[in-house]
Amino acid sequence: MTIYLREFKIFPSMGNFRGFKDLLGLRFVDKDFISEILNQAEVFLEVINRPNRKLPTLRGKTVVHMFFEPSTRTLSSFDLAAKRLSADTISVGTRGTSIAKGESLLDTLKNIDAMKVDLYIVRHSASGLPHLLARNTDATVINAGDGTNEHPTQALLDMMTLSQLFGSLDNINILIVGDILHSRVARSNIFGLSKFGAKIFLAGPPTLVPEEYRLLGAEIVRNIDDVLSEVNVIMALRIQKERLEEPYFPSIREYRKFFGITKERLEKLSPETVLMHPGPVNWGIELDYEARDRVRNVILRQVTNGVAVRMAILYLFLVGAQQNG
Amino acid sequence: MDKILIKNGHIFSPSNRIDDKLDILIVEDRIEKIGENILDNEAKVIDASGLTIFPGFIDLHTHLREPGFEYKEDINSGSRAAAAGGFTTVLAMPNTNPPIDTPETVEYILKRSDEVGLAKILPIGAITKERAGEELADLRLMAELGAVAFSDDGDWVANSSVMRRALEYVPDFPIVSHAEDKTLSLKGVMNESPLSYKLGIKGIPSEAEEIAIARDVLLAKLTNGRLHIAHVSSRGSVEIIAQAKSKNLRVTAEVTPHHLLFTEEELKTYDPIFKVNPPLRTEEDRKALIQALKDGIIDCIATDHAPHASFEKEFDLNQAPFGILELEVAFSSLYTHLVLKNELDIRTLIMAMSYMPAKIFGFDRIGEIREGYLADLSIWNLNEKWTVRNLKSKSRNTPFWGKELQGKIKYTIIGGKLIDVDEL
Repeated sequence: MTIYLREFKIFPSMGNFRGFKDLLGLRFVDKDFISEILNQAEVFLEVINRPNRKLPTLRGKTVVHMFFEPSTRTLSSFDLAAKRLSADTISVGTRGTSIAKGESLLDTLKNIDAMKVDLYIVRHSASGLPHLLARNTDATVINAGDGTNEHPTQALLDMMTLSQLFGSLDNINILIVGDILHSRVARSNIFGLSKFGAKIFLAGPPTLVPEEYRLLGAEIVRNIDDVLSEVNVIMALRIQKERLEEPYFPSIREYRKFFGITKERLEKLSPETVLMHPGPVNWGIELDYEARDRVRNVILRQVTNGVAVRMAILYLFLVGAQQNG
Repeated sequence: MDKILIKNGHIFSPSNRIDDKLDILIVEDRIEKIGENILDNEAKVIDASGLTIFPGFIDLHTHLREPGFEYKEDINSGSRAAAAGGFTTVLAMPNTNPPIDTPETVEYILKRSDEVGLAKILPIGAITKERAGEELADLRLMAELGAVAFSDDGDWVANSSVMRRALEYVPDFPIVSHAEDKTLSLKGVMNESPLSYKLGIKGIPSEAEEIAIARDVLLAKLTNGRLHIAHVSSRGSVEIIAQAKSKNLRVTAEVTPHHLLFTEEELKTYDPIFKVNPPLRTEEDRKALIQALKDGIIDCIATDHAPHASFEKEFDLNQAPFGILELEVAFSSLYTHLVLKNELDIRTLIMAMSYMPAKIFGFDRIGEIREGYLADLSIWNLNEKWTVRNLKSKSRNTPFWGKELQGKIKYTIIGGKLIDVDEL
């Protein structure tokens, strides 16, 4: 019985972009939603390649960065995207925000709401925190990474990059390898790419690749060598053994042997195979250093695309709504 | 002599088969007479026409937060909340600060309960000193002063030898087990299931509870001790308890209203209001719990009333504390969402909230409406709807806040003391 759920919609849908007030995750959206963001991002990509990169589009709008976890790349990418569109930005929230201080997160939100702002960009170590905030504000909430749940803008920039490299997202065969369980980037990519019919293989220590992910439309492989020739994209995820709280696997040595994209594996890969990593890379663990040039070319493209995708999101959620009536 | 005459109410006391419109005469603190057309010129008369009279409810599991966390709840607000929920006896868990692990703290709880003078608050003492799971607390000294059971609630006594000796040392007192293997539940915040993976939330497998219950049951067998399992949440746990009972072990169990009402599906909103321990499980588990209650495998309903200040619950799922507010909504929510929807019969519900807890914990002269018993009653208008707000509790962490429930309390009578709940 679900007594409570009946009372309100899970995803507040007051509006702005294709019926969504917020961008909380790719789990909830459809293919057209993603395509429209990616198309808009291509438009902005042209703009940022111009000598004068600034547009007046979001003049008078206020964007709030609410980052409760450390971030340099995502934060600066969002900040740049907002500034390129002439929005005002402020930054609140620190790593230190905790119950001990006595002010609830909702108190904090209401306080900032009272200053009249338009959009929050939220990163938090707890899954679902952006959802909680979204339900309690009329402003738009963009999820910039929540716990082990989703990181939709990162997945969108990955998808934009793949779409550029392959001409479309129709024929993607991707192997995501590593700590799937704790990777919000992997999850958002699974949710997003599966909507375009991509074939998604997951690999890693069985403890870090939940069987339940089959239900999300992915296939689990135990031996990565079985699929290396079959896939055209490999996404290696960062392994942080020292931060894992349970004995998910015995050692880095074992990990590298079975799941690392080693020199030997690289040599067997087709040169067409795209290597991705959400970064920062632990060289010699997830990827051997020989992969550096191949990965770096993609990474730099991803970084540029990241600004364009985030501009598209800000634009579509803040302005697109009004134009669409 | 103080006398109260309750006229024309419908008395429902299923354990002794009263289901009739009868009058009740209360003299001092006890029920003097139950019958038709009782007359007494000296008595204060309450017209209970259209009202239903249940035995006062008994809650084996509450957190009143005093001493130490008075910003969440204290014995005054908790007693008022209890009375407003129809509870006449509530057992206070010892995970306070300091914990109730000495005769002095037991005495303190009883003294505060007397001062407030509403629902009877009976202390549950800690099993181990500081609830640290290592050394036994002074169990018999606490019992002598009024502790009625022992529990390290919030934590499982993970050390099997300590648990064994506790069961042996006080064989006539319930040892209440918060069954949770914390080396398995770790930092999980919801039930582990396909849904938890879909939501990207760290799960707590029901095996964390079942492993703990299985060990405790085996220790009950070893010691012939008196084991009571708190807040059973899964179908697997029910199966283990059923097996224990089939072997005539001295094992009883309780279930909370929220595990009977809600499932893990509620967590789809990522709302910490539903973060409880043990977590809300699946619909299959919920149905198994209801069936176990009907079958008597689970003996009673206990609320696990766990008040938390709003600022604590308006946080992210990881940092927000476990727990849900219950005392004032327990009966009405179960009545509205289970009885009126034909999932649970009113007889089982009332038995589980009054007669059964008294019986399994050995409380005399309470739990049913019977001549000579204490005058502990709750009087309800089962047709009246009310909106959950302005609660007596200091906290408001119930998902029913602002929602409408059916079944409104009018009076609670505690040991012959009449409480008009509207004026509480």
